[in-house]
Amino acid sequence: MMRYTLHPLGEDAVLVELGKEISKETHRKVQSLTAFLEKHPPEWMIEYIPAYTTVTIFYNPFEAYQLSNGQLPFDFVCSLITPLIEELTENDMQEPQIVEIPVCYGGEFGPDLDFVAEHNGITPEEVIEVHSSGSYLVYMIGFAPGFPFIGGMSEQIAAPRRDTPRLKIPERTVGIAGMQTGIYPIETPGGWQLIGRTPVKLFRPMDESPTLLKAGDHIKFKPISLEEYHHWEETEQ
Amino acid sequence: MINVLKPGLLSSIQDLGRTGYQKYGVISSGAMDPFSHRMANLLAGNKENDPVLEITMMGPMLTFKEDTLISICGGDLSPSINGQPVRTWRSVLVKKGSELKFGQCRKGCRAYLAAAGGFSVPEVMNSKSTYLRAGLGGYKGRALKSGDLLETGKPSLQSLKITEYLTKQILDRTFVENDWGIASELIPDTAANPEIRITRGRQFDLFSEASKVQLFKHAFEVTSQSDRMGYRLKGPALALSEHAEQISEAVNFGSIQVPPDGNPIVLLADRQTTGGYPKIGQVAAVDLPLLAQAKPGDSLSFSEISNEQAQQLLIKREMKLKELKQGIFLKTRGGN
Repeated sequence: MMRYTLHPLGEDAVLVELGKEISKETHRKVQSLTAFLEKHPPEWMIEYIPAYTTVTIFYNPFEAYQLSNGQLPFDFVCSLITPLIEELTENDMQEPQIVEIPVCYGGEFGPDLDFVAEHNGITPEEVIEVHSSGSYLVYMIGFAPGFPFIGGMSEQIAAPRRDTPRLKIPERTVGIAGMQTGIYPIETPGGWQLIGRTPVKLFRPMDESPTLLKAGDHIKFKPISLEEYHHWEETEQ
Repeated sequence: MINVLKPGLLSSIQDLGRTGYQKYGVISSGAMDPFSHRMANLLAGNKENDPVLEITMMGPMLTFKEDTLISICGGDLSPSINGQPVRTWRSVLVKKGSELKFGQCRKGCRAYLAAAGGFSVPEVMNSKSTYLRAGLGGYKGRALKSGDLLETGKPSLQSLKITEYLTKQILDRTFVENDWGIASELIPDTAANPEIRITRGRQFDLFSEASKVQLFKHAFEVTSQSDRMGYRLKGPALALSEHAEQISEAVNFGSIQVPPDGNPIVLLADRQTTGGYPKIGQVAAVDLPLLAQAKPGDSLSFSEISNEQAQQLLIKREMKLKELKQGIFLKTRGGN
């Protein structure tokens, strides 16, 4: 059985905490709860937000109150969530999807590739080699539409954030901050070290599933040439 | 159809928010003052979630290309039609060719203009709200500009009944207000420098004893770096009792988070879906309108209530709204 605690987040949400640390084990619990909510959405639920160690479930408090016979909405919703969580098993998890993301490293797209190499005492080619040979897990999506919080990057290519964030980072840029790597789905300001860009759109607002990645996916980065990049970008549009 | 002569400072189409997509990192958006948004729709005979125009500080100048039933709720931005002041929190029938403009910000800073049938904009990801930063939803994904033309949808039966009643009274005037509106006891008192009720945030206990006291003792100023995403407040610096890294988790409308510089940020309609700063408090849902109507330079003070009280206040307000809706329905069914 899963250990968990329930906490209010305002009058219309309950935060389910499934662990205290970022780990694959906690991530699996988060995944099995969200897979369950996806497959059997309770009628009182509006939506949910999964994160590293939590799943926050939103509801309409007045509707909950009217269903509850006078109980306070939070207590009522907790009484409905408890049996759901207690019956969860990891069998509820979906098969992880493996997503290959082509990246054109360095040059104009990756102005900080040399810095990352120098910082770690290796060559830019080695940074590319290390970055693209790893297997990465998407722990959660947040910060911006489709922005993946990714775990699994090698220490060999870790690099600190820039002292002064850039005001504009073009969409689809791949970066490194500390022990993390990530991809900016839309143009935003940010302090990451930029090492390359992917021609693949991560945010597709008109699609039914509007983001390329979702929590639980595994990522592999594949180095491509500038020519391949442009070819890919053309066929994407 | 409504013609935008001048757009105002920031006028955007909003409904009650984009739900179902926060798990993809897509922000909720929606009205900053959802209560006024809902009231404006009810008075125009619309569904509560219909898209309305959110008007900020300096309002737009609009001309009506046809007779239109409207209502303006929220902050008092001195609306006038053809130079004559028009009342807020009421249904108003406006004659074709009339010009609506706004003036001084007398109370609050955001007004909600609903038109019968709602504004016709395409639905994007389950909502008609404008997501300004991503350029999505609402009217062409952006705030209004001069020359824009706003179409309205098909009016409901309720809208038609209110229109019919007001048509009988308009005679040769350019607009007519209904003889009833939202009772003043239901309208949030959006005085400057409001007192906002909050509950303890999930990381409240991690803050130093001094910070916990100061949160409720001192006023916090709404700084000019405040927008639809959040209000950055300035006051006594708040600090954790010892440094602790937070793990990113969901945030909500009204969550008060404290970054390392100690100046709290209250997250609002355009907040990110998740955040990694510790949350010291959570604004009670019933006081979100007071917050949304506060403007840069105003100061906020916080008082603590329990989670139970916050829920009870919300239930009480929703009960009153339910009565109000029934009242409006009965009034309009009988001809008015």
